[in-house]
Parts: sequence; C-alpha cells; structure tokens
Amino acid sequence: MIGADAIVKCLEEEGVEYVFGYPGVAICPFYNSILDSDIKTILIRTEQNAAHAASGLARVSGKVGVCAVTSGPGATNVITGIATAFADSIPLVCITGQVNSELIGSDVFQEADITGAVESFVKYSYLVKDAKEIPRIFKEAFYIANSGRKGPVLIDVPIDIQRAKIKEFHYPETVNLRTYKPTIKGHAVQIKKVIGELSKAKRPIICAGGGVLLSDAQHILRSFVEEHRIPVVSTMMGIGVMPTHHPMYYGMVGNNGKPYANRAMNESDLLIMVGARVADRAISQPDLITENKVLVHIDVDPAEIGKNVGASIPLVGDAKHIFEDLLEEKMVCEHEEWITTLDQYRETMGKKRNPNPDYVDPAEFIRFLSEQMQDDAVYVADVGQNQIWSCSYHIVKDGRFLTTGGMGTMGYSIPAAMGAKLACPDRQVVAVCGDGSFQMSMMELATMRQFHVPVKIIVLKNTYLGMVREFQHYNYQDNYSVVDLSGSPDLEKLAMAYDMKFMRLLTMDGVEEAIHSFLAEDESVLMECVIDPMDLV
Amino acid sequence: MHKKVLQLLVDNTSGVLSRISGLFSRRGYNIESITAGVTADPRYTRITIVTSGDDEILDQIEKQVAKLVDVRDIKELKPNESVYRELAMIKVKASPDERQGVISVVDIFRAKIVDVSKDGLIIELTGNQDKIDAFISLLDGYEILELARTGIAGLGRGTENVTYL
Repeated sequence: MIGADAIVKCLEEEGVEYVFGYPGVAICPFYNSILDSDIKTILIRTEQNAAHAASGLARVSGKVGVCAVTSGPGATNVITGIATAFADSIPLVCITGQVNSELIGSDVFQEADITGAVESFVKYSYLVKDAKEIPRIFKEAFYIANSGRKGPVLIDVPIDIQRAKIKEFHYPETVNLRTYKPTIKGHAVQIKKVIGELSKAKRPIICAGGGVLLSDAQHILRSFVEEHRIPVVSTMMGIGVMPTHHPMYYGMVGNNGKPYANRAMNESDLLIMVGARVADRAISQPDLITENKVLVHIDVDPAEIGKNVGASIPLVGDAKHIFEDLLEEKMVCEHEEWITTLDQYRETMGKKRNPNPDYVDPAEFIRFLSEQMQDDAVYVADVGQNQIWSCSYHIVKDGRFLTTGGMGTMGYSIPAAMGAKLACPDRQVVAVCGDGSFQMSMMELATMRQFHVPVKIIVLKNTYLGMVREFQHYNYQDNYSVVDLSGSPDLEKLAMAYDMKFMRLLTMDGVEEAIHSFLAEDESVLMECVIDPMDLV
Repeated sequence: MHKKVLQLLVDNTSGVLSRISGLFSRRGYNIESITAGVTADPRYTRITIVTSGDDEILDQIEKQVAKLVDVRDIKELKPNESVYRELAMIKVKASPDERQGVISVVDIFRAKIVDVSKDGLIIELTGNQDKIDAFISLLDGYEILELARTGIAGLGRGTENVTYL
C-alpha cells in the first residue's frame, strides 16, 4: 500500500461518496488510487468550483464535502472556494497535491506554499511529512471540519508521500486532539437564565442564523417557537430555518431584508441571536439590538459572542443541544399582544414594487417559481441583485435555500447546485443567477453534461452587473463604470453547444406554464429571463 | 488602551508560531513582543505575548487565540500575580576612559559585561521591561551601537492553578 491508497481508504472510512477536483502531476498518485474505489470523481472545470460543489453537497447532506486538486495553480485556484466555505462555516476537506518534499521551498514547477496561503481561510491545515501519519491526519481533519464551528480543512500532500510505501493501514476510531475541544452542551445556569428572561419578556424574538442549519437544529427550534409562540426573524444564511409562510416567521433582517423584520427586532425587549455573527449586512447598527433590551447570544464559537456586540447572556454551545435543553424547561410566556403587533407590521410594511411590464419581473417570477417547486426542493441563489430578489421572494416550504451570505462569491450557485443535486438526486435543485454570475461558472455546464447532473438553471438577464450598477446609480450619479455585460454569449446557442434544453422568457406572459414545463423536465434546463436592465432591488 | 501579557501553551507543531502571529496581523491586533520556547514536555511550546488594546479587543484576542486548533490553553499573566523577565544585550561604544562610567551603571543594575573590546563592550541585563528601559535611558551619554531585546517571558506566581507544565 502507498500513501495515495491510504488517502483513498481514509475517504472510504469517512463515507465519502464524491470527490470534486482537477488533476495535475502532483495529485496523480491519488487519482490513480481512487480508480480502485467506489468513490466517484467529478472533474470540475475550474478548481474554485470544486470547493463550491463540495460546499453544496455538504450543506444538504450534513457530511463533509471533499475536493482534491493539484499543486501550484490548482491549489491557488481553489482558495476562493475555501475562503467562501470559511466565511459561511461549511465543512470541507480539501486535498492538494504538493511537489516532492525535498524540493519544497526551492520554487520548482507548480510549487505554491498553499498551507501558508490559505492560513487565514481555513480552520486548520496540514502538510503531510510522513505517509504513516495519513490516517491520523485525515481522521482529525474530518473531525475538525465538521465539529464545533464548522469550516474547511486543507491537507497538502507532497507527491513522494503519496507514493511512499506504508506497511499497514489502521484508521483510528477516535481523535486524540489535546488542544481542540469545542463546547457542545450549553451551560445549565445560562439556560436557566434564558428561560427566566423569556418568562419575563413582553416582546421576545429569535434571530436565527446559518448556524441553526449547520447544527441541524431547525426542527427543534420550530418546535420550541411553536410551543411558546415566539416570533422568529432570520439572517440571510438563516433563510430556511423557518418555512417562509410559518405564522411565527417575520422574514429576513438586514439592509436588504424586510422592513418589518428589522422593526420587530429593534422593538423587541428580548432578542435571542442564535448561530448568527451579528455581521454588518444583517445588523448595520449593533447598538440598536442592545438598546432597551436583553440580548442572548447563542453560538458554538465563543469568539463570535462579544465580537460585534456585547451580549447580556452569552451562551456557548451547539444550537441543537441548546434548544433541546430549552424545550425541556417549563415556562409560561405571555406576549399575544406582541404577536398581534408583529402581524400588523407584516401586513402593512411590505415593499411595493413597480415592475416594468415590458420585461419579466424577477420578484413575481421567483414567487411563481418557488410556489411550483416541490416542498423539499433546494434553491441555490447566486450573488448580486438576483440574490437579494431570491432572499426576498423565494418561498421556502420544507426545502433548503443555499447562498453565500458571508463571502458573497459570484458564480457560487451552479457548482453548489451540482453538489447538492449529487447529494440528493431525488430532490429538485434549481440554481438562480444573474448573467454576470452565470458567466463566472458557465464552464460547469460541461461537468453537468458529462456526469449527468440535471440541475435547473435560471439566468436573470439584465446585461449589467446589476448590483454594482445599482450602487453606482445611488452613489455615483448613474456614472456606470465597468458594469456593461453586452459582450455576453447568446444563451440559446450556448445551451445548444452543451446539448441542454433552453427556454427564454421575455415578459410575464405565460410565465406559470413556462415554469411548469421547466420544472417538469428530467434533464437540465437553462432558462433565460430577460429583466429590466434598470430594475433595482 | 492598555497592555496585557498572555501566556499560551500550544502544540509544538511546525508553523504554530506563524499561525499565532498571522492571526494577530490579519485581525489588526498589536504584538509588542512574543517569545516562544519548548516546555519540560517537548510536545508543547510556551509562548508569552505582550499585546495592547481596548478591553473588547483584548477579550477578542483571548477568544480568537483560544480558538486556534493548536492552542491548548491561554491565560492572562496579571502583573501583581506574575513574574516577567526580559533579557537585553547592549553593545556600547566606550573608549578605555569611558569604560569605568559604563561599568558603574552596570553595577547599579546588577547587569553583566559579557564582552569587552578595544573601544566597546556588550552588556547583558535581565529584568522587567521598566528596568531595561531605565537602564537604557541611563546610557544616554554613551553611544549604543547595537541593542537586542528578547521580549518578555513570564510565569504566574505560586503553585496554585498550575494546570500544565
């Protein structure tokens, strides 16, 4: 057995089904060994998307996503994908090939100090120096990636280590990390304090972030808020914690969120932030969420508590465990008046749009689309104006809403949708992007075709980098600079080139029928919706 | 803005020091000094960091450092409960006539002369940072040619709360 065989065995031990990647000489021993395994390999068309695809898979399956790329440019290309996963706390293990151990540091062909380069975007990284260490390192890497606050771990494996002979393979049953021990269970005293505050509160609210979904706590959280009738708002990464039409759900907060959600949060007297970082896009004025209220901050990462805002009651632990404990406590909450007020806000503070009838209205389109999508469908939103429309108008029933709220990496939706589709082939997976973000990942149409990944793609086409154009509209008096996308390809011809079905919508005429046939297709479909280039979110 | 001395016990892995100093630089925290050395158990390294910032920043520093996978323990070395020491080596230009004057300052501070040449000497001094600063300011009349300071290392007083080596 050689080091590369050992790596493959580690992946098998971890139950890995797919490896996304791109080979090169330095990772060839690994890609040779994996031929003897049942693990499927997906040749992505650029390394960044290998990490995004692994991210999509991780988010719907709860497992660690795996990618494997070569040294030098392969490794540096994957950095944006790793940084995206880091910002969104998505568990990945990224394997990079490296030049021969003895040549490290001598600037040979395709050498890059990747562990140094990704240092600030990974939860941890390894440079393997001895093939015997492979089982321990992989066991630790999967554990670190998928425990505590989840995140990417990189393992750099020099080619001579992949080729080195090892006598025996023993995969450790447990990890023995002297220094890494995340807190999972919440402190009992703090939990009692939260219950105490909830019983006193007249206007309680929960703000749920992506951490709730990462700990798979959405069901227990729903039980808790239904039991005690506590209103919930969410951050962008927390969309899907509550079904959109749940009576206790009052929308997404933040500068692109619902006005009534922000108002509800600001007027509350008890705010429970859970699995949310209190980042600038969600909470632009941290002092507003501490004024005249008790702030409970629940997070598995103690460093997030107090980073952007001081909490009255800090509570470190995994959201699922904490809500299980909270649900067991007896408590009487009285705040029907507050719910009536919030219902009123939700009724009256909706945003009015003025759609141009000559084009497809992205808001109405997304609403129709999500109404027709299956209950457990996965909706993947890209970045740009399309992301904000998706957040505002997509209706989550019992499915998932994936997007990158932390890093905001354009081109995320198509590879992430592919990863999600491979993880759950029976669910509908739709990627919704703009014409800018589409072109950042359109090379993956080849991957979809080659590996039969029937993802549905919607392109909201306005021939602009709309979000930047909108920013220039408000801040630079309509002096549009470097936002015109008029060189873009004819998507119909592009779809034809990839043997893909194509549909185009020019106005709202027949939109529901079009969406119906779009979703009814078994194969991939590319749908172009021409929207008003001057539309604002 | 005030100063804090942090003591870390970390896994003695390659790159651990760069992980810690990298965290400080990318989050914009100050490092006034950092010293590292292996402990009695070679699996661990003890690091002493002197940092400064507002209370919230200092609190964040402790949390962010504690979060690093390699960090086993972090604690503050409070001034009244700890002993800090720093070593300084100072190369002073001193002609034979000036030498005696330097030696008298060296004696008062219980420093040591570790090298003498025709027109200069090297002084070794151990102490807390104030002592070293005071010593250097007393050498004002002489020309300091080179100065090397180690940054402080420290330990908590007493034998309570010794959780590790």
